[in-house]
Amino acid sequence: MITIIFRIIKHGLQQFKRNSLLSVATVAVMIIALIVFLGVNVFSYLTTSALTVLKDKIDISVYFKTSAPEDEILRIKRSLEGLSEVKSVEYISRDKALEIFKGNHAEDETITQAIAELGENPLSAALNIKAHDPSQYATISEYLNTKTLEPIVEKVSFFQNQTVIERLAQVIDTVEKAGTLLTLFLSLIAGLVIFNTVRLAIFSDREEIGIMRLVGASNSFIRGPYVVTGILYGALAAVLSLVIAAPAIFFGSPYINVFIPEIDLRGYFITNLLLLLLYQIAFGVVLGVVSSYMAMRKYLKV
Amino acid sequence: MIAFQNVSKYYNGNGSVNSESHALQDVTFKIEPNEFVSLVGRSGAGKSTVLKLLIGEETPSKGRVIFGSYEVNKLPPSSLPGLRRHIGVIFQDFRLLQNRNAFENVAFALEASGYPQADIEELTPQALEMVGLKDKMTNFPRELSGGEKQRVAIARAMIHHPEVIMADEPTGNLDPFNKWEIIKLLHKINELGTTVILATHDKEIVNNLGRRVITLDGGRIIRDEERGKFVLV
Repeated sequence: MITIIFRIIKHGLQQFKRNSLLSVATVAVMIIALIVFLGVNVFSYLTTSALTVLKDKIDISVYFKTSAPEDEILRIKRSLEGLSEVKSVEYISRDKALEIFKGNHAEDETITQAIAELGENPLSAALNIKAHDPSQYATISEYLNTKTLEPIVEKVSFFQNQTVIERLAQVIDTVEKAGTLLTLFLSLIAGLVIFNTVRLAIFSDREEIGIMRLVGASNSFIRGPYVVTGILYGALAAVLSLVIAAPAIFFGSPYINVFIPEIDLRGYFITNLLLLLLYQIAFGVVLGVVSSYMAMRKYLKV
Repeated sequence: MIAFQNVSKYYNGNGSVNSESHALQDVTFKIEPNEFVSLVGRSGAGKSTVLKLLIGEETPSKGRVIFGSYEVNKLPPSSLPGLRRHIGVIFQDFRLLQNRNAFENVAFALEASGYPQADIEELTPQALEMVGLKDKMTNFPRELSGGEKQRVAIARAMIHHPEVIMADEPTGNLDPFNKWEIIKLLHKINELGTTVILATHDKEIVNNLGRRVITLDGGRIIRDEERGKFVLV
């Protein structure tokens, strides 16, 4: 058994080496397909991160009347935190609001002067609420829009921005769905390209496969070396696709950074290099093996 | 050892009765161990079909094909390699593995049968020496002449000491000199105890051999003589 396995591996390597032109061509096409697959992974990372950043930018604020007691506001904060839809609640006290306002307008003398002349803090305390999902803001605002809260709540920003938030929620949902579809579609194309390339490589050997059958070789003995070659194609193309894509990712990363500063493509690539390599190898090798296995069935019927 | 019992083989073009063509019709014969049998006939007479049926490359439409303890017509595809290890095959177009050198082509038959490496290293050069190619062991088929290729094919066919060597027009692509070299080799293999079945339409070869001749015409056996001649009419 060990001798047979050893021979299968030996023949597989030999086949890869002696059919070098065909091997190079097959690996080259597989590299292109695997770069598409890598692109799909990177694209999925980019859209997910961009959407997370975007989602994080959406919040609703509840402004309280200046007369509202702080205890009451903190009580509302706690009850909001108890809601499953709510991700976080940030309390901005009147003093803090003033501090932020002053900080924002430190260079504008008119405003600084106006506040100083006013003598008291004109700003309201507020709660900034973030939901887990943009579609949940409506529920949260409904919760805040009750009669009991009316005496102390000045306004809820959701009602001013309702249309924008709802549209954004819709856009995010559509982008997520389209992203998944595109990922599936491109992976399928990459898979088909690999499958066909390996099939062509085996098609060119169909006569040899028939000869091997006629001189008494069993199917597994004939198929084995082709599966080994399939593994080699996949593994080699996986490594090379990353090597080729790396400079593009490093080069493109700063440009993406300009649009969305929170996304660090280079960092993502470096930290996930091993995982990406694993994905590429798994995708390449599994397809290489399955394709050779299936492509050979036809020629093994002699 | 080998028996064809009322074997017929039809190929149907589009499935209708009228489109059926008879490659073999009701063929019955026996071949005993150590015989040298020539199968003769025009192209399309059914010679190749007989050989294909014997190694299970085709299945008969009717009748039984027996080889030793095997009933070939009933063998599942997974059992064919076992049968084929008892039969050495030689073809007109040599059918060598193009990406393997002469040594590897011959060794392949042993590797496929699971021989230990040490035996392969010992037997392969011996077989190549017997066909006169010891100095061309590392040459690839593209570097060999037609006659040399056919000798590699013969070495491959006989290396695992099969009970039968089956040659389908082995001299069809060769010049007269190489033709007789190949026939001499087949003769020698037969003298060493292996049954040889030779399908040919070469009158000269058959008449020179002076051995058993089975003549096929239109898929039927029209003559089967112990010391036969090439006669088609």
